[in-house]
Amino acid sequence: MEYLLSDEQKMLQELSRKIAEERIRPVAAKYDANEEFPWEIMNILAQSDLFGIFIPQEYGGTSGGVLDLCIVTEELSRACGGIAVCYAASALGTFPIILFGNEQQKRRYLPDLAAGKKLAAFGLTEPEAGSDASAIKTTARRESNYYVLNGTKHFITNGGEADIYVIVAITDKTKGARGASAFIVEKGTRGFSFGKKEDKLGIRASSTRELIFDECRVPAENMLSKEGMGFIITMKTFDMSRPGVAAQAVGIAQGALDLAIKYAKERQQFGKSISSFQGIQWMLADMATQIEAARSLVYSVARMIDAGYKDVAKDSAMAKLFASDTAMRVTIDAVQIFGGYGYMRDYPIEKYMRDAKITQIYEGTNQIQRNIIALQLIKEMVK
Amino acid sequence: MNIIVCIKQVPETTEVKINPQTNTLIREGVKSIINPFDMYAIEEAVRLKEKLGAKTTVITMGPPQAESALREALSMGIDEAILISDRAFAGSDTWVTSYVLASAIKKMGNFDLILCGKQASDGDTAQVGPGISAHLDIPQVTYVKKIEDIHDNSIRVERMLEEGYEIIESPLPVLLTVVKEINEPRLPSFKGMMRAKQAKILLWSQKELNLDPQKVGLYGSPTQVIKIFSPPSRKGGKILRGEAQEVVNQLVDLLREELT
Repeated sequence: MEYLLSDEQKMLQELSRKIAEERIRPVAAKYDANEEFPWEIMNILAQSDLFGIFIPQEYGGTSGGVLDLCIVTEELSRACGGIAVCYAASALGTFPIILFGNEQQKRRYLPDLAAGKKLAAFGLTEPEAGSDASAIKTTARRESNYYVLNGTKHFITNGGEADIYVIVAITDKTKGARGASAFIVEKGTRGFSFGKKEDKLGIRASSTRELIFDECRVPAENMLSKEGMGFIITMKTFDMSRPGVAAQAVGIAQGALDLAIKYAKERQQFGKSISSFQGIQWMLADMATQIEAARSLVYSVARMIDAGYKDVAKDSAMAKLFASDTAMRVTIDAVQIFGGYGYMRDYPIEKYMRDAKITQIYEGTNQIQRNIIALQLIKEMVK
Repeated sequence: MNIIVCIKQVPETTEVKINPQTNTLIREGVKSIINPFDMYAIEEAVRLKEKLGAKTTVITMGPPQAESALREALSMGIDEAILISDRAFAGSDTWVTSYVLASAIKKMGNFDLILCGKQASDGDTAQVGPGISAHLDIPQVTYVKKIEDIHDNSIRVERMLEEGYEIIESPLPVLLTVVKEINEPRLPSFKGMMRAKQAKILLWSQKELNLDPQKVGLYGSPTQVIKIFSPPSRKGGKILRGEAQEVVNQLVDLLREELT
């Protein structure tokens, strides 16, 4: 397929593929086994300027867009979905500042994030508030020039490792979903600590951790936009970041297909390569076709966002839904092609299946994505 | 401080294929890369620039497509690039190549340090670096694994030997050829790649260098390549199984057959 990428995007693809093949693939199994945060790789990505690709030039980035981010996330995910999400989650934490930060906030935080000197994270989910994000209980109480945060966030990607956190908390209980606000909270702020680190099925290189706020005083100037904008900021951030999760899924699927084709050619049974059997060939053909369809959808949505279309919730949800379901199907089939070896941890393929699963769950479960899509369909029909 | 890095573009393979008619490398279908040993020279130049502040220039002699190797060096942080290319240079051996490169370096003027990889992965001669220093009449240190210190117009380096290393001090300017132990080359950066894409690369031909046509190219090369060939690949061996006495007899019979 020809994706009609710009010269800069082709360079990004080439660069991130090189990093993935030369630096990430050799260590992917190690980070998966040790569940250790891949700082060594984050530093390489920083030195290669990859953290700034979607950040405006005046704040130290290179002014690319969501498609640029998708290209890099996809390439990194081909080698390791876990390491890729450490990178992509920093983008998730950075988008609210790009979209809703004032000039002072952008000047203060974006240059270090663009340079990869600091990582970002986004804190919304709580033990009682997953798909029902409006059920969050973390509060932010105004006290002179501060907001005082209390509560616990959990399942936060890059938790403990990131320096910059965007935290959604309730500023006015009486207003329901319109009573939430978003704050930039720096690691090291008094009253902000880290709790349980999760032991996960997949994406084990990434850190998933609890954030605990206990009378944590955050300067009022760290509020993004204004009081009550918390959920709008969240939704707009997810619109931008969902194609990234979708790209992660495409990358995981492509990585699994690459390995499956290679294995099918090498593996001899009944006196010939198993790639000569139609049963295997058709599986490979279906896997490749589904991946291409997913990639085309992801790139199309990313291009819409980069062209300035604002109303992308449905399309963004479709990309995330389709690509992650594709990744799950493709990685299951890839393990099947590897047969018994595929089930063994000595071979790299089972990790792809474990890594794929989360893409159907995080940044809105695929059931929530379907809700978003259906709601929009019905709204459009009423018009 | 002025640092010059000499690089070569080579096919990305260790199994070079040769056209038996022309005795030249078959480049079709093989991706071209910077000679891996030259990557260490580039990295060392960029590190010295970052540490001491230096102007770094990369040069290569080769066909027009060698420009991509220069751009890759620029993307790693080298400041300027010069492509030395002319049909008249085709077929140059290591003597002529080092003569042309030395002439280009003379034309560039001021230089303190010349860095080369220890050898190219295609020709494997390890002659061009030392050749340049001979043509320029400056000192050379080969197989450098560490630059310990540079100050007051003098450099101290560690030179790798088969068992251990020696420490050598030399006045500047000097030519060093480096081994892979010296550093770990960085990956290019995206900003560097964008800068490299737009960078202007100087092109010097025989005219700019004002070289005697008799002294360059195939004609000027004292080395005459009579024949290049790939050694025949070894045929698979034969394994004899069975009782020792029986196998020994079989072996003797087989050896007799081979001899007759």
